[in-house]
Order: sequence, then structure tokens, then C-alpha cells
Amino acid sequence: MSTDIDVSNHREAVEIADGVYWIGALDPTLRTFDIILSTANGTTYNAYLVRGEDGVAVIDTVKACFSDEFFARLESQVAYHEIKAIILNHLEPDHSGALPELMRRAPQAQLYISQRATSMLKALLNADADLCYTTVTTGDQISLGGRALHFLHTPFLHWPDTQCTYLPDAAILFSGDIFGCHYCDKRLFNDRVGDFRFSFDYYYAHIMRPFKKHVMAALKLIEPLQLRQIAPTHGPILRDRPRRYVTHYRELSTSSLSHAIGEENRSLIIFYMSSYGNTARMAEQISDGASAIEDVRVSLYDLQGGETDPFVDLIEEADALLFGSPTINGDAVKPVWDLLSSLAVVNLKGKIGGAFGSYGWSGEAVRMIEDRMRGLKMQIPHAGLRVKLIPTDEELSACRTFGRQIAEVLVGKHHNPEVVELADLV
Amino acid sequence: MAKAKITFEDIGQTVNVPAGTRVIEVSEKIGAGIIYGCREGDCGTCMMHVTEGWNNLTEPSVLEEKVLKENMAGRHDRLACQAQILGDCKVKPA
Repeated sequence: MSTDIDVSNHREAVEIADGVYWIGALDPTLRTFDIILSTANGTTYNAYLVRGEDGVAVIDTVKACFSDEFFARLESQVAYHEIKAIILNHLEPDHSGALPELMRRAPQAQLYISQRATSMLKALLNADADLCYTTVTTGDQISLGGRALHFLHTPFLHWPDTQCTYLPDAAILFSGDIFGCHYCDKRLFNDRVGDFRFSFDYYYAHIMRPFKKHVMAALKLIEPLQLRQIAPTHGPILRDRPRRYVTHYRELSTSSLSHAIGEENRSLIIFYMSSYGNTARMAEQISDGASAIEDVRVSLYDLQGGETDPFVDLIEEADALLFGSPTINGDAVKPVWDLLSSLAVVNLKGKIGGAFGSYGWSGEAVRMIEDRMRGLKMQIPHAGLRVKLIPTDEELSACRTFGRQIAEVLVGKHHNPEVVELADLV
Repeated sequence: MAKAKITFEDIGQTVNVPAGTRVIEVSEKIGAGIIYGCREGDCGTCMMHVTEGWNNLTEPSVLEEKVLKENMAGRHDRLACQAQILGDCKVKPA
């Protein structure tokens, strides 16, 4: 196959369809993006230009330090007075960096953003006054004369503000960060660039994975569209069989646990560490108590014998998580914190949580773990169990009760007293 | 001190609280499903739906109104970190 495309040796716009141009920038030397992502061969900041009979729309911009390249490519195709619309599908600085200067050069252009982008726009531009913009959502469209751009409300992929823009006459979806990846290749198109499958999946795993529910909602809007190209804001433009990337997103966002244990079952995972076997005994009794409830599948894991990444995978699909830790020097033990600080890539919102542990003096670990779980947006329906040193038979019975109560919450069988006093709550 | 009852419908639990208590002060202690982000009325994470007793919560501030609008809140949706309980009401996660 010919490899004649090389956008690194010029600063002109690249036509990707009739009247549609790539005006982005290459960042091949970037090795870490946003602190959290490794970028072995850099990234691209993709921006686009759509020409209609009445004017031009610019879709997204680039990171501020790549503005020169962006404006050079833009100027190779249009004069600033022709720009009728500026659309920002996502306001993160790597896409809005050149926006202030673009608005200064094309003051007549109307800015189109999502409703949720408004407060971010003000914070990014540090300007409350004189900001003129129009908010758009699914069903809204703007005409460029002879062709129109349609908007899709696709929030939380991966910020609250994100949206997509669709050009029906060319069947191009300008998807923002969705379907993007950090992969820099001067050949630009997916049928020309190198093997970027790892980068595509890695990007999904770190950027989109926490928002699978929102991915599924977005796919409902995207899947019915005719798609000749997907033009994301990072990485290759997907013009060769774009539909397979949509299918792949659906696969990546679909639960595998429900296939394994059945839709009606709820998964409860108990992680623990134990110094002298006391917290382990508590874990076993809690497991027994929870297992007595029908439709609850309990898994018991000693953190000492596992690795973080597979546990993160398990946690992602679990319905409830219990952590057991002894208290050592006033703290939970490090493997517990290691796991609880590795969960940014999965969505924990609303999962049921709880904590337990044996202690010698003061037993801070349980409350600290609960606070961490609340911080991770988990629900803590029952105060955790703390046992001083070796659990008695009565305390082991309380462990079984605790496990049963958590399991009952999971299957909606819990029975609470009708009315409680605020002052009586822990 | 005047008291009021707030019911968290997702867990079927009612709590008797002093009037003026913020919902956030109760919901986490009782283990209800409303979740929190910034806890200062800016992010919209703690949006809840008031199913009964809408008028028994304090009026939303200008800031809360703005955040509710940005987050496309429905009718009778409030921020649990901002709303204070004045009389009996029922809420659930939005």
C-alpha cells in the first residue's frame, strides 16, 4: 500500500473529504500525557475544518503550544473572516488551547459548546464577561450553506462537557476523544498508519473505562448513523471500516461478569490482609454470613496473594466490596491502600462498601477505609466491624450478621427500623 | 428545637433531624445512595430528586440554581450538599 501521506513535512490542511480538512498538529515526542498516560510514540491533536457555501466551521483546536501549526494549516485553506462557527466538542486544554487566539482572529464566529461546558469555558478563559456562545445538544444543528452539522449530546466521555458533531452529507463523525488514542503517525489515516491497536485499547482502558455507562448511552446515538469516517481528536482518522471501532467500543463496555454468574446474581468481594489470622477469621465469617443470602456470589481474596491489576478488573464488575485490614501504627496496611488508590480507571459510583478488621490498641483502619470508600462515591450501608485482637464467638457471630446484612442490602432484602434519630447514627 | 423527618427512599429509611440540617449530614451517616463529589455545591454530583415535601427544603441559592441548570436537573431536583431540611420530605438519588 502506498505511504505517500506525510503531514510532518508541511503545514497545510489535509483534505479528508469534500470540503473537510484536518488542521491538527503532531506531537511525536510526548511521552506522558495528563500525568497518567504513557505515550510511547507521542500523540496528535486533531482539529478539523468544514467548508459550506455560507462559511466555514472549525471543529476543536489544539494544545496552546501547537497553535502555530494549527493556524498555519487553517490559513492554508480559509481566511479568518470566512469562519462562521467554532465548535468545541471537548474543552480540555489540549483541544481548547488555541481557542482564545482563534476567537480573537475570528471575532464574528459563533462558538458552539455543550451546556455542561459553560462553566469550564469561563474557568479556562478566565473571563466572565464578553463570552458569547451558544449551547447545543442532541437534535440541534447549524447550517453552513448546503450542508449542516448536527450535534450529539455524549457527556462524560471523558469530561462532563463532551459532545460529538456529525456531518451527514459526508457521513463523518467528529467524535472528540471518543474513538481516539495517543498514537502519532504522520500518515494520519487508519489504513496507512502502523499497528495502533494497543494504543487504542490502552486509551480506552485509561480514559473511557470509568464511564462505560456513558459509552453505552453515546453508542445508542452513534450506532444508527451512517459512518464513512470517524474523526477523533487524538490519533488516526478512522476511514477504513469505521464501524468496527464502534463495535469494539460496545464490546469493551459490556459486562462479562453477568455472562459468568447470571444477571440475577450479585457479586460481593471480600479483600483482606491479616497479621495473626484474626482479620482473616473475620473475613471468613463475613463470607459465610453473606453466602447464606440467595443470589449473592461471594469471593474471598487475601491481598497478600494477589496483584493489583486483576483485582481492579474484579472490582469493576462487583456490586459490593468489603475490605478487611488490621490496624498497624494507626493505619490500614499498605496493600489495602495500594488497591484503594488504583481504582481511578473504574467506576465505583454507588457500589456497596464496608470495612472490618482486628486491632490491638486503637483500630483506626476500619473508619479510614470507610472514609476512602465514601470518597470513591461508594455507599456504606452499615458501619464496619472492629474487633480487639482475637475475635470471640460472639464477635464472630457479629461478623456473620454483618456479612448477611451487606448481602441483604445487595438483593434489596434489608430491613431498617422505621425511623431513627440523627443523634443515634454513628 | 424544631424537628423534621427525611426519608431516603432508595434504602427505605427515615431519619428524625433538627430543622436546618443539610441533607449531606444525614445521608452518608445512614448509608443512603446519594453520592458526593466536591461537597460545596459546584460539581452537581450529589443531585437528588425530591419526591415529597419539595417546599420543606430551603430555597436553592443562585449558585445552586446555576449548577442545577448546567447539569440539566429535572423538576424537583436539588443538590444534597446544599439543601437544608426544614420539614418532612422524601428524597432519592437523581
